[in-house]
Amino acid sequence: MEDKIIKQISLFAENKPGRLANIAANFRKGGINIRAFTIAEAGDFGIIRMVVDKPDVAHQVLHDAGFTVSETSVLGVEMEDVPGGLGTIADVLGEQNINIDYAYAFVTKTEKALLIIRVSDIRAAIEVLDAAGIKLIDMADIHEI
Amino acid sequence: MIEYWNPLVERMPVDELEKMQERKLRNLVSYVYQHSDFYKKRFDDAGVKPEDIRTLNDLRKLPFTYKSDLRDTYPTGMFCVSNEQLARFHVSSGTTGKPTVVGYTHNDVKEWSISLARALTSIGVGRGDVIQVSYGYGLFTGGLGLHYGAEEVGSTVLPTSSGNTEKQLELMQDLNSSVIACTPSYFLFMNEVANQAGVSIQGDTRLRAGIFGAEPWSEEMRGRIEEATGIKAYDVYGTSELSGPLFTECQYQDGIHIWADQFLIEVIDPETGEQLGDGERGELVITTLAKEALPLVRYRIGDITVINKEPCRCGRTHPRIMRVLGRADDMLIVRGINVFPGQVESVLMTIPEVGEHFMIIVDRVNELDVMKVQIEMTDEAFSDKVNDIITLEKKVETSLKNVLNIAVKVELVEKGTIPRSMGKAKKVMDNRKL
Repeated sequence: MEDKIIKQISLFAENKPGRLANIAANFRKGGINIRAFTIAEAGDFGIIRMVVDKPDVAHQVLHDAGFTVSETSVLGVEMEDVPGGLGTIADVLGEQNINIDYAYAFVTKTEKALLIIRVSDIRAAIEVLDAAGIKLIDMADIHEI
Repeated sequence: MIEYWNPLVERMPVDELEKMQERKLRNLVSYVYQHSDFYKKRFDDAGVKPEDIRTLNDLRKLPFTYKSDLRDTYPTGMFCVSNEQLARFHVSSGTTGKPTVVGYTHNDVKEWSISLARALTSIGVGRGDVIQVSYGYGLFTGGLGLHYGAEEVGSTVLPTSSGNTEKQLELMQDLNSSVIACTPSYFLFMNEVANQAGVSIQGDTRLRAGIFGAEPWSEEMRGRIEEATGIKAYDVYGTSELSGPLFTECQYQDGIHIWADQFLIEVIDPETGEQLGDGERGELVITTLAKEALPLVRYRIGDITVINKEPCRCGRTHPRIMRVLGRADDMLIVRGINVFPGQVESVLMTIPEVGEHFMIIVDRVNELDVMKVQIEMTDEAFSDKVNDIITLEKKVETSLKNVLNIAVKVELVEKGTIPRSMGKAKKVMDNRKL
């Protein structure tokens, strides 16, 4: 089950020019590749969430650069890139009363859609998604994307 | 066993102390009347003659002196001795306008050192201690003041001055500093730098006490410093006009002992100038009883505090001032309500998710004052859910509103972005064009 948990990098950033450039520069130095990326902005600040190929290194370089950064456990759910793909996943989790705290999606080279979710109960979510035959990617898959 | 530097004076019965003060007050008024044109004119204008001042009750007849008097008589117009009698000058930068110059005779320097020697003894500091003086040396009185006091009491001085924090930490470890003297904000910064370098003040140094002052700080901040570093944190008080840092709390950390044989204190209503009773909060007014070069009569020092004349558990009979909440001129008036930066600090320090550093920003938007407090996001408090952060901001806003009675907007900023200070921390940005 552990291998289905993806370590997402989350960081706190003030909403001001140059913050993103600073992160990018640190990643370039660390040889880190971003696989998925989203910003949740709330007025003066934003939370940047990223799935990267080397989360531990990414965490270290950002921490050393002075950012407030954490590793968050999320799931990567593979969806058929067809209408209704998202609905199936939401239904499965909803039936078990598992809340999706947030989600973001992107399309991979293999023409699948990938949904990154943070849920209220990650272990229960893995079980029910597995049982419903929905594929969860692991860190090895992240390298392949 | 409680140690005293001068037990006879420090434990003198209050009535004897007051008799001594009356005698010294009478000497003071005739001394300044004779030796300073400034005071002669000030007394004449107020219709007061030295012989009108017989008892401590007559103190209220005397006119006040102000910081602005020192500026207006720049550089040495208020001095009561000629320049060749001076052992030293210090100069205070003054945030607005001209600097103010203070001067000391050899006796003044000696009295200053004695005041601090009593204070240091009262917190158990003396021979065998290494005192790292991380206050700035130079025109500022903090560095040299503590330096002389530490030598007087028989301690070993490590005169690091402020800045070069890595070096400070290295010397603290190598030379076994047991006491540090600096601003509380600089000490917190030092602790941050130490932690980043993997050094624990508690585990890797011999530091056991800190003498913190030159800026207002709260009881809650004391709790944080003591918990984070394992040292005892003591408040020190004094300003350049009085000589420099002069007084501290004793080991019981329950108010700052003001040596009554050297200084006469009263608290007044800053608006009316009327004396207030013991236990009432107001503006501190100090009269120097032992200074030669620059004696001050009813000097409006500007700090807001409360006088406590109850005997202290340590056995000292001299009055105490309770923690200085802020300066009358630090006070912000936001939408007609008085706000002290110290109040904001007190509130913030009770919220565990919040770091030590903050900045108050006041703006005027559409004719309305808007107060914003920036605080730093900490690694511990960070959640990657937007709602959690907004909830934290709201929690701090509610706590501040409960204490200050005005709406405050709280803004979380990235850690390390609020300017750190080696000296007095700047905690307010007032952008209002009034």
